[in-house]
Amino acid sequence: MFLKEYFGSIFSSIKSLLTGMKLTGYYFTHHNKIITEEYPDNRAALKMPERFRGEVIMPHDEKNEHQCTGCQSCELSCPNGSIKIITKQEIQPDGKKKKRIDTWVYHLDMCTMCGMCVEACPTTAILMGNEFEHSQYEKKYLKKVLNKPGSRLKDGVE
Amino acid sequence: MKTLLSYSFSSLATHMHNWLKNVITNDLLLTVTELVIIGVCLLVFLILLAFFLGYMERKVAAFMELRLGPNRVGPKGTLQIVADTVKLLFKEGFTPDAADKFLFNLAPGIIITTALLAVAPIAYAKGFQLWDINIGVLYISSVSSMAVIGILMAGWSSSNKYSLIGAMRCGAQIVSYELSIGLSLISIVVLTGSLSLNDIVESQANGWWIFKGHIPVLISFVIFVVASTAEINRAPFDLVEADQELTGGFNTEYAGMKFAMFLMAEYINLFVVSAVAATIFLGGWMPFHIGGLTGFNHIMDYIPSSIWFFSKTLFIIFIIMQFRWTFPRLRIDQLLNLEWKYLLPISMVNVLLVTLMAIMGWHF
Amino acid sequence: MLLGEEDHFNEEGEFVINIGPQHPSTHGVLRLKVWLDGETIKKVEPHLGYIHRSIEKMSESFSYRQFGYITSRMDYLSAHMNNQACALVVEKALQVEVPARAQVIRIILCELSRLSSHLLWFASAGLDLGGVTPFFYAFREREAINSIMEETCGARLTQNFMVPGGIITDLQPDFQKRIKEVLKQFKDNYHEYNEILIGNVIFQNRMKDVGVLTREDAIALGCTGPVARASGLSCDIRKHYPYDGYEKIQFDEVILTGGDSWARCEVRMAEMLQSVHIIEQLIDNIPEGDIVAKTKNVIKLPKGEFYQRVETARGELGVYIVSDGGSTPYRCKYRSPNFSNLMAIPHISKGHKIGDLIAIMATIDLIIPDIDR
Ligand code: SF4
Ligand code: SF4
Repeated sequence: MFLKEYFGSIFSSIKSLLTGMKLTGYYFTHHNKIITEEYPDNRAALKMPERFRGEVIMPHDEKNEHQCTGCQSCELSCPNGSIKIITKQEIQPDGKKKKRIDTWVYHLDMCTMCGMCVEACPTTAILMGNEFEHSQYEKKYLKKVLNKPGSRLKDGVE
Repeated sequence: MKTLLSYSFSSLATHMHNWLKNVITNDLLLTVTELVIIGVCLLVFLILLAFFLGYMERKVAAFMELRLGPNRVGPKGTLQIVADTVKLLFKEGFTPDAADKFLFNLAPGIIITTALLAVAPIAYAKGFQLWDINIGVLYISSVSSMAVIGILMAGWSSSNKYSLIGAMRCGAQIVSYELSIGLSLISIVVLTGSLSLNDIVESQANGWWIFKGHIPVLISFVIFVVASTAEINRAPFDLVEADQELTGGFNTEYAGMKFAMFLMAEYINLFVVSAVAATIFLGGWMPFHIGGLTGFNHIMDYIPSSIWFFSKTLFIIFIIMQFRWTFPRLRIDQLLNLEWKYLLPISMVNVLLVTLMAIMGWHF
Repeated sequence: MLLGEEDHFNEEGEFVINIGPQHPSTHGVLRLKVWLDGETIKKVEPHLGYIHRSIEKMSESFSYRQFGYITSRMDYLSAHMNNQACALVVEKALQVEVPARAQVIRIILCELSRLSSHLLWFASAGLDLGGVTPFFYAFREREAINSIMEETCGARLTQNFMVPGGIITDLQPDFQKRIKEVLKQFKDNYHEYNEILIGNVIFQNRMKDVGVLTREDAIALGCTGPVARASGLSCDIRKHYPYDGYEKIQFDEVILTGGDSWARCEVRMAEMLQSVHIIEQLIDNIPEGDIVAKTKNVIKLPKGEFYQRVETARGELGVYIVSDGGSTPYRCKYRSPNFSNLMAIPHISKGHKIGDLIAIMATIDLIIPDIDR
């Protein structure tokens, strides 16, 4: 009885070990199953999903116009204080003074890509971009101004 | 075809010897020169071998794990190991403050020396052997068990608790697995009646022992492969290093070239045990022969003997690598259980069976 | 100077080693102080605080829309469930009805992250025991799941998809197709997990009869999740206190009675299949409709205390909020599953070997940031 158990355990263990080796042996000979992606080489073919949150961007149209009214909802909704909006008073053609953005400061180094600022923006002036290669040698390069120089608010956006 | 056959390592060595004899007349000087040449050749060979095995291991691991493995430096990543060696060379050979400096620096040397010593009696090809000692099997098994000294030394002198635990594990492990290795080797010694590796290879001219010896020799073979995996501390028996438990075990404190020496010793040991397994069980450089089929045997003879030897060795190396990349690690008490409750009793009974076989002449 | 025998031991003559805070198998910065007798463990003492980020305190300055997002950084493998718990507690306080579509999508995503979390457990359990290969097999499927998360939620781990009232955006068009692909891939490859690790005799011997946690101890120590279910304690919040429509879904609570590491492994392996089962029920029946219930722009909870629990991949997560009627929580407390589960380790690893401690840690499946918060 003891011997039967003893040898039974030996055989069952050898069998389980061989099943494992069969599997690794199978993958050793089937190179088409390899899942590695060679990242910097496949840059051209690499397509991030549309919704991927990589950074906050502010799209400008061909007339260098954006849609940010400077309402600061995004600044309020950001949990980390990564957004700082500096506004100025601009004199409109009709003579009235209006609040416009001066600089839209974005601290990429503090951003956690939560996307809450985009949710909060009433005019969809900002979006989440797909860029993810953000590494820099110094922290100061991560502080960005999102509104382009000379840009202005698109007409009709309030 | 005849020229290809005669172009073997042995004739190369003889040519060399004759040429040197003409140049150098002093007998002593001649011997010394030859020894130096052999030593340098062997070292270069072993370093290249360690490079190759390192590359092979990483590729084998990668393919089993659905990865590509090294593929950047050199064609198909072949020079990756060279790059790594250069990196290790430039690293600081750090010695911890609390370590016993002398022993700490001596340990890698001891480990690599024991590894190199065991290479001596291996027969690489027909008539090509560094040292045809008549107790080759005994020599190898005694030299390789000395590796434990180096590991204990490294673990103790590092003054690191993890290293200490690793070294103590090593003592228990190597001493116990030495027994099964010895017993499984004895089964072939009994069948051949000789301890010389050359005689053992010659005795397999009409068939390798693994085929001639039936099941008992097969069992010895399996036991030998398992026990020698444990002897050279490779996964699943790598309790001495046990990254996940002991953060590197006995070599936790080593860096740079000293660490590279441990690595190289590991690969040389791997080569030695595989070469011994190939020599003893798979006929060493003997071509594959089937009794009666003269035509087939002739074709097999055309393949140079060194190729036979190295392909058999590589096969065993591959199997040991596959162990490493398939199985999880054992626990220390399970490791000892495996030896004392399974391998040792089985190999003892096995030796009895083999002896019976040898007396009755039940093999062919 | 060589450390002599007296230096390896402390004043009481005990051999003490620190496993962590930097150690390959603590999965983070957990520090376990271990008293050894040879290889045998006499005592284990967890030391916490290495990754304390004061999430609870930070939450007090976040609005009710914001405070959930940071919980993705607690148990980062159950980010969806953590976010869901925060969303649920606000919904409970405001008494809003979550649209049916949002509920179903929440469940699908939660079960998907449970699946991926258990896959990561499988991968790291193999790794902790020295088998590197299972890691890659499990990560192949996990990668597919993460891709779905990336396509749907925009991020792989810190998704921030569940907001008070529902979910943040609607599904992407080929969501259902992608999920079905992944489930098929998972089911096709499930047998490989058994072949490479679970069925392996070495693995089974490392796991069986190691670290036995009795049912009583599980209750006394407050263990939840797969750890407690492996000890025979029925504690699945999805069954006992259903939320988000779990009551309408058919699934089994996997309960085993072994209590050892092996039982914990089996529970997780079976739970993976249960998660697949749940997703399969729902994937073709996602109702149409709104994805988020209307809430005020600035959410203010009524004065009072609110508590909501959910079943994350590791056990019961409780969110406790005290509101003073303002727009930020007055006090926020998380009852994290990992903290209680960690406390089982000193208890069950006594008398085992160092290697076993690693195996026990692997099967308890700790996420260190969730312990410290
Ligand atoms: S993505 Fe989140 S953290 Fe980043 S700026 Fe927007 S709100 Fe702030
Ligand atoms: S980006 Fe949007 S939310 Fe932010 S200030 Fe401009 S308009 Fe307002």
